Parts: sequence; structure tokens; C-alpha cells
Amino acid sequence: MMLETKTNPTWCPGCGNYGILGALKGAITELGLAPHNVLIVAGVGCHGHEPQWVNTYGFQTIHGRTLPLAQAAKLANHELTVIAVAGDGDCLDEGMSHFIHACRRNIDMTLLVHNNGVFGLTTGQTSPTSGKGFVSKSTPFGSPEPPVNSLALALEAGASFVSRGFAGDPKHLQELVVKAIKHRGFSLVEIFQPCVVWNKVNTYDFWRQNTYKLEGAGHNPSSREAAWRKSHEKEPWPLGVVYQTTTQMLTDHLPQIAKQTLVKQPIGKIDITPLLEEYS
Amino acid sequence: MPKQTARSTRTNKFVWLIGGEAGYGILTAGEIFARACMHAGLNVFTSTEYPSLIRGGHNTFMVRASDQEINAHGEKIDALIALNKETIERHAHELNTGGGIIFDPEVCGEVSAKAKLYPVPFSKILSELTAESIMVNTVALGASAALLELDFSYIESAIAKVFGKKPKATEQNVAASQIGYSHIKNTFPENLGISVKPAKAPQRILVTGNDALALGAVAAGCKFAAIYPMTPTSQVLHRLAAWQQKYNIVVMQPEDEIAGINAAIGVSFAGVRSLTATSGGGFSLMAEALGMAGMTETPLVVIWGQRPGPSTGLPTRTAQGDLQFALHASQGEFPRIVLAPGDIDECFHAAYEAFNLAERWQLPVIILVDKHVCECYKSTTPFDTRNLKIDRGQFASAGSGEFPRYKITENGVSPRALPGQPGGIFRAVSDEHDEYGYLTEEPTTCKAMNDKRMRKLEYIARELPEPVLYGPAKADVTIIGWGSTKGSILDALPLLQAKGIASSFLHINYIWPFPAGTLSRTLDDAKLAVCIEQNATGQLALLIREQTGKSVQSLLKYDGRQWTPEQVAAAVEKFVKGGA
Repeated sequence: MMLETKTNPTWCPGCGNYGILGALKGAITELGLAPHNVLIVAGVGCHGHEPQWVNTYGFQTIHGRTLPLAQAAKLANHELTVIAVAGDGDCLDEGMSHFIHACRRNIDMTLLVHNNGVFGLTTGQTSPTSGKGFVSKSTPFGSPEPPVNSLALALEAGASFVSRGFAGDPKHLQELVVKAIKHRGFSLVEIFQPCVVWNKVNTYDFWRQNTYKLEGAGHNPSSREAAWRKSHEKEPWPLGVVYQTTTQMLTDHLPQIAKQTLVKQPIGKIDITPLLEEYS
Repeated sequence: MPKQTARSTRTNKFVWLIGGEAGYGILTAGEIFARACMHAGLNVFTSTEYPSLIRGGHNTFMVRASDQEINAHGEKIDALIALNKETIERHAHELNTGGGIIFDPEVCGEVSAKAKLYPVPFSKILSELTAESIMVNTVALGASAALLELDFSYIESAIAKVFGKKPKATEQNVAASQIGYSHIKNTFPENLGISVKPAKAPQRILVTGNDALALGAVAAGCKFAAIYPMTPTSQVLHRLAAWQQKYNIVVMQPEDEIAGINAAIGVSFAGVRSLTATSGGGFSLMAEALGMAGMTETPLVVIWGQRPGPSTGLPTRTAQGDLQFALHASQGEFPRIVLAPGDIDECFHAAYEAFNLAERWQLPVIILVDKHVCECYKSTTPFDTRNLKIDRGQFASAGSGEFPRYKITENGVSPRALPGQPGGIFRAVSDEHDEYGYLTEEPTTCKAMNDKRMRKLEYIARELPEPVLYGPAKADVTIIGWGSTKGSILDALPLLQAKGIASSFLHINYIWPFPAGTLSRTLDDAKLAVCIEQNATGQLALLIREQTGKSVQSLLKYDGRQWTPEQVAAAVEKFVKGGA
């Protein structure tokens, strides 16, 4: 397989990341993307090693900073397919500000938020998406904080593609990732991801019993109002494309790169004489 | 009307200072006046002081002009332009003997300063003008020109330059300025005894350090900047933003400094020269990503304009308190280059060279400047770009199989591949990794990768330009400085000479990797040596001791205001006479 690398995943057996990795590779293959034209940017957390196991260009950044780096790489070379992968702590705690701004900025890229409702790599603390009352090492008496709602936040911030998938249904997830990559603008795919070691609440069975698919459920993803209602639904939680709209991207306002990517622009002979003239 | 009759006793050498509240166009007036003096053939150096306020507070703009080479601001004022009473209260004592004050008697009341007094009814003149955009500052410009016998045509040309794109504003400002000019000419028979005799001079430009940094970046082919506004480097953002369409630069104002530096890293990783700029506070937020650039060997250029801390400190004043922080910021050990340009020309070349160094050595380069060098204007010959060469470092050609992005090499540099390039696929990883970018915690590989990165420093040290020694080879005292103190120390040398102290000056521009050999030899050879610094703990002296094992004393100033040449001369004189 051309997307295989020479190392194998080190996630725990049964980790939701396997389903996500499969869906991601499946989507890249389904879309026929040349691996060297794909850049996967990851943060820090269990998801963070994902670029190790997909044979595309990759950048494993520091905790929370996937989005600034990924968006900027897209500005530097907008011919690349840029996919950011992030965890719930990574994206919605440490990187929350970047998340909101990326939604409103609307640069053509895809974000996969691996939401397992717990900090895995640091051995099981509460996360920003853990439910209120979640018992963990850092919240032995139950988390007193309500969870953040990434879909509603993304909608409010102006995201043009908002969706949710489930790591336990890689086929459906792959369909979502394909739609997200094809969407012109910033695309969010939140992924319910079981953590078999540290989250005994949001298990595979829990999500199977408490989610339903929007496809065939009469949802109109072009309606912002309907999307807003769906983003707040729980027990069961909806899966699928919650919202999709066509709107201007940041790059539509940049004549600098309208004709040529930044990376292809020659820099050998730049004449600053006209600028010096301004200072005479 | 009486005609001016006083004979001018001094030509082409003076210090002019305008002061007033923020919001009265002090900066604009200062820039126009400095430009007028430059157009008249004089060398110009300006210095501005202002509090962190948009309206009110006490703001000043000083123009030092001379037909000799000047590198710093001055201590004593010849012409004081007071737009409010506070300016007189604060600065009258700084006037040279024979100096004069232009002021509005309606605003300033009775003035008892020991100086020549030139009351001008600014408010009355303004009320008679119909143009709305005109302010007191413009009238004061004309009055200043008359007082210093600067031909009015230079004020006119400077106004036209500054308001160039707004012909109506130019016309109105010139007219208002003319009224101020005529008022002085017609009302006061005695002028200051200082005159400007236009001199022939080669074409020059009037730029700040920020301008020079931005120009250097453009010339170097910087195509992306992500800058969160912060004094004193916001002007770099403003300049690049203004030029972005003309020069195809994507300029982004990110959500914070963390996003700014990560964006710059992402763009650079993708193969485009990129920049971020900030001050110490913003840099504190950037520190973690600096280490990521080090670990992933991604080229990065950061402009860092120091101001006094700790914390928010004195947001609009100057300091050199971040040297040790710049050398050590971020966890772990990785190579970096730190440049400390000391003047406008060095700023331009530092910006240009920083991009070459960053790509050649694949590491972060910090340009450590400060408010003084960032915001002071200096007249200079237009930057000569003819001999500059872009060096993008090593790129890999298409290969097959796994690409060894972090291949272990003798000088630590491995050829890069860029996303989009077939045969170059690799992963940049902030964790420790092997030659292919795969994670590893295997001890031998970890040590080898660490050694590979750090090895770059030895090779860089061999290539970087050495510190420059100014003044006589045999001196009574050798002053050592870095960064923006260059101008004041240079201008202090003749003052010290006049006191009978032969002084030389070693200026460190490329400060890291540290030129330990040169410093060691300089200390061995010097009869007496002393550092001049703009911080409280003598960070350069500490660095010298760390790197050479030799002790040297530092003369320190840390009140947020730049050393003046006079202050440097006095401190060094005291040191020479009292010390050793």
C-alpha cells in the first residue's frame, strides 16, 4: 500500500484511532490524491503520532498548535491538500483560540478532531469534552465543568463545513472525510473516538447506542437554523454533515497568490528601489 | 514690521525638539522637519519619547541635524517647540545657552525660562484658517524653519513627501506652515544665531530601524509575515501590509503571537521565506515554538524588539534586557543564531542575512533589536543591494524510497525536501526522531541527532562576521557594546577624545554564536575595557565571562531611555578616572 510507512501504530489495542487512521487513508486513496501533495499536521496527544503511519508529508507540532501551522502551510502552497489532525485537549483546550479563528478565517483545509473525552497520553485526566461529573485522575469527585460543544462553536464562528463522525464506523467516517476534503473552505469533522483504557463511559457500545445518522433523517445541512439545532442535540447525538455552505475563503481575497502559489514565486531578483524612493 | 538682523554664528548643527500631548501630530511634525533638514543636505538622527497612550501624555520628537556624521540623539536642545506648557516645564533646562523656545502664549501662559522666547499665537492663527485638517504642529514647522534660517522650500518639499498622495492636504499644510514661517520672520528681529546652509549631499533616505528591517525582508524574498501587533515592532507589520500586493507577500495578523510563530514555521516548512515580529512579551508566548523550529530544523526568522520589562513594563520605552532570554528561550538545547543590529544599515542587512542564515543552517534566527533602533529615524544612503545574494541552503533532488530528511552530516545540515515534491516525503517531528523523521527514543540515535543539530554552531561560528573595532588601535579604554548602543557610543568617542581619553569601541552585531575568540583577544589587548549596556544586570558582561572566562565591568542604564553620547562619555570618563 502506498500510504503505508515502515513503522506500525503503537496505539492501545482497540483504540478508536485505528478506525480514524483507516478512514483517513481510505479517503486519501478514494480521492486519488498523490501522497506527496498531501500534508498532515498533528498536535500532541495519542492522535499526534498519526503522521508516522500515513506516507504523506507530515508535521507533528506542539500541543494545541496544529491549526496555525496547517493554515499557514496551505497559504504557502495552496496546491497541497492540508489535513490537520488534533485531539480534544489539543484543539479545544490548548488550541481553542486557533480553532475559533480558523473557523472564521475559512482557509481550504480539513480538521479532524479526535474526541475521546479524556486525556489519553498523560494517563487519564478530564478533557474539555468530558461530560460534567466525569470521574478521572484529575477529577476524582467528578468534573464540575460542563463540556464544550465544538460543533456549535464552529457554527457560531462561521465554519462552512461542520460534521461529526464515529471512529467505530470507519466507512461512514471515510465518506465524511472525503466530503470534508472536497469542500472548498475550512472543514471540521469531529470524531467520537472511544478510549478503551481511560474513558469507561464513552465506549464503542455507548456511541453505537447513543448516535444516529443524519443522512435519511430529513436534515437539511444547508440550513443554519437546522444545523444549530442539530449541533445541540444529545442522547442520541447526530452523526453526518451538520452544516455545509458555500462562502468566500480567505484566499479569495489574496491577489498575491491568485496566479501562482507563494512557494513557486521566484525571489532571486526583487527590486526594492521603488520602496526606497518612498523614503527619500 | 522689524526685519531679522541677527548674524548667524553657527551653521548646520543643532538639536530641535517638539513636545506636546499625543494626538497633536508630534510624530508627523518631527518626521517632516527631519526630512526637510535631510533635503537641505544635513545628516539627521531623530529620537521620539512617548507614553503608552493615544491621547494626552507627554510626547516629544527630537531632531539632531548636522553636516557631520551623526549616529545618535543629543542631550542639549537649541530650538524647543512647545505645543503645551508641560514641554517648557520638562525641557527648558535642557536648552543650550542661547537656545530658544517657540510657544503659544495663550496655551503656555507667561514663560520665565532663561532662553530666547518666540511667542507665536498658534491658536489664533488656526482659528483664522478654514482648513479642518490643519493642526498646530504644521504652523510650528514653518516657525521652526524661520528660526533656524532653513529655507522654506525644504519644509514645502518635506510636506509634499509626507502628504504626497493627498494634494489638497499638502497644499493646506504648506499654506499653514507658511503663516508660521512669516510670523517668525516678521515679528522677531533676533533669530537663534543658528542657520542651515544647504549643502550638497548624495541622495539619502530617512528611515527607521523598523523600515530597514521590513525593507531587508522584502529584498530577501520574504513572502509571508504573521505578526501580532506589539510595540516597538508593529511598524514592520504596517510596512509589509502596505507593500503586500505590490510584492506578493501574504501578510497576516494572527490571533496571537503563538499563532504568529507557528504560522511562520508552517510557511517556512512549505518552502517560503517567512517572518514574525514581536517584543519580549509576545516572544514569551512564542518560546515553545522556537524550540520546535530548532527540533524540526525549520528555518525561521523572528524580529524581537526589546522594551523594558518585566511584564508589560514600559511599553513604549527602550531596553536591552532580553539578551540572556533570547539566547536561552525554550526548553532543551538547540542551535540558534542571534543578530543584534546597532543601526539602520545593520538592520537592513540583518533582515536580509537572517533569511539566508535561517535557510542555510535550517534553524531559528532572532533579530534582537529594541525600541530605540526600531523607531529612531536616521538619514542614510539608500541600501545597496547589488552585492547581496540569496542563499536558500540545500534542497534534495527527487529520490526514490524513504527520504532521509535528517541525514547525519558533518556540519549538521541535511538537504531539505518541500511538501509537494515527489520522492521527498518525510515527517517533521517535534519529538526526537531518526534520520527519516520517525520517532525514536533509542539512546544512540537520540544522542547522534542532538549532536548533529548542535554541530551546526561550530560551523556557523566560523562564518559569521566578527565584531568591528572602531577608533584607535591603541586606546586608553575600549568600550564594548551590542545592538542599539552603537550610535551613542560612536558619538561618545570624540567627546572622550576631547576630555583627553583615547577610546575605542568594539561593537557586537552577530552576537550568537558568540565571538568568544575576538572578545578574549580584545580583553587581553585592551589597556582598560568596559561594557555599555541598557539593562540592570550587565547581561553582555555575564555572557563575556561565561564564554571567555574573563571579567569585565558593565556601565548600566535601565530607566527606559537610551544612553546619550554625553552620558556614555561621562560614565566612561568616570570609570577611567575612578577605576582601573
